[in-house]
Amino acid sequence: MLIKKASDIATSEITHKSRYLNRRQFLGTMGMASIAGAAGLLSSDSLMAASGAAHGKKLANIIKSSLSVKDEKINSWDEITSYNNFYEFGFDKSDALTNSGRFVASPWKVSIEGECDKPGVMDLEDILKAETLEERVYRHRCVEGWSMVIPWVGFPLVNLIKKVEPTSRAKFVEFTSLADPKTMPGVRNPVLTWPYREGLRMDEAMHPLTLMVVGLYGEVLPATDGAPLRLAVPWKYGFKHAKSIVRIRFVDKQPLNSWQQYAANEYGFYANVNPVVDHPRWSQATERRIGEFLRRKTLMFNGYANQVQSLYTGMDLRRNY
Amino acid sequence: MTRNQQIRWLVKPAVFLASVAPSAWLAWAALNGRLSANPLADLTNETGVWALRFLCLTLMVTPARRLTGWNDAIRFRRMLGLFAFFYGSLHLLTYVVADRLAGLDFQEGIVAWTTARGLAIAIGSDVLKRPFITIGFTAWLCMVPLAITSTAGMIRRLGGRRWQALHRLTYAAAIAGVLHYWWLVKADVSRPQIYALIVGCLLALRLWRWARPATAPMAKRAAA
Repeated sequence: MLIKKASDIATSEITHKSRYLNRRQFLGTMGMASIAGAAGLLSSDSLMAASGAAHGKKLANIIKSSLSVKDEKINSWDEITSYNNFYEFGFDKSDALTNSGRFVASPWKVSIEGECDKPGVMDLEDILKAETLEERVYRHRCVEGWSMVIPWVGFPLVNLIKKVEPTSRAKFVEFTSLADPKTMPGVRNPVLTWPYREGLRMDEAMHPLTLMVVGLYGEVLPATDGAPLRLAVPWKYGFKHAKSIVRIRFVDKQPLNSWQQYAANEYGFYANVNPVVDHPRWSQATERRIGEFLRRKTLMFNGYANQVQSLYTGMDLRRNY
Repeated sequence: MTRNQQIRWLVKPAVFLASVAPSAWLAWAALNGRLSANPLADLTNETGVWALRFLCLTLMVTPARRLTGWNDAIRFRRMLGLFAFFYGSLHLLTYVVADRLAGLDFQEGIVAWTTARGLAIAIGSDVLKRPFITIGFTAWLCMVPLAITSTAGMIRRLGGRRWQALHRLTYAAAIAGVLHYWWLVKADVSRPQIYALIVGCLLALRLWRWARPATAPMAKRAAA
């Protein structure tokens, strides 16, 4: 008869078994994670062809504005409608073109709220009936260091502001963009706090250069560029130009714009184009005009200094970036 | 054809062609207007991303070999590593030309001493001033000695152990590359996160192997 003698090693000492067996599982998990990640990556970066948005309806009775940039080459429809940041449709510059197919720009209502005597919800059509449309060719400078020259069509925001009669308590205007997850897939990603919000000081909003845009190249504004109603504030970086605006609110305190909320050390409230105040991570001294190889020197207030610098007299533009 | 010959004459050339393909496609697309409205930015971004991909692939060779037992995998490691350096160098070149050179004044024309001096200053000051450029440049610098010592002759001259120690710089290059990507994106860090996960896993495998009691299985050692 065989006498089984217990080993003199405590079982607790032997039982590294689970760890021992786990080693392959660990290796496997790490390996699988690497491979899955790699597979995902190869399909994620999308480059796009340089053709732009489909053309829309021609706008009637547009007058040419004397405030247009002269003697600078205007960027093409394809460039303007295929290359921009419109995070509601995604993070790639081609995403507005790729993902805006389900966007519906008509009918469109704008809610006027806050410190004004005539608040209410207005139909965009009704707003436009009272306005004369102008074509204004503006320089457009993105905070990322690229720029375009764009033939916007629109009307001065000041016209609308006067109609709704802001009170004396109105010191700022806040703009809110549409955030519809059904037609704007980018807003399902909570990187920015949706809906997108931007703001202007009252005097900035009422400056004659500040334009409510409804068209491009004489046509109805395409979804890629903020249809049906967006801002153009040409002396400020592009992120100030709220797109697809659904709400205009007059407030007494400086509103918190979405990018400032995201990273206040990188994106300020004013965001005036300024070649001597760098973004913390890159220089703002030069810019690439889309379509050119050599970089241009960025101009103070994007070349609109004569018209707007008096708005900021006595302000420290380094602190109020 | 022996297995050896198959790898040498069929598989290796195929991997080589597949690795060249992204750069060939980019060159073709750039020349034929198939990139975005900002093709120089596309070239910079894509070459950078491919450098990172090849760094990941290079780091996958050894774990893949250990997991699958497919020892011939090692024969592709040098080529993949050199392609990481190739794409990293293209990436650096597009930055130097499209970002730094294109931003100069050219007061005395383009072909002038002042251009060379201005370019050197423009690159140097940018590398010193901007953390994401500093770390990206570091990643490229890490790869330079690896590319130089990639030949069989250099391995012999250095000796396997020293060569291997030197080539651990790949880890530094991969980490620096991921940080470079992470620090430059504006808001959506999901892509840098994926690379961080891959590189993190691949380095964790090595750490795990290194920390594990060497060769003998644990149960046996415990019993001894």
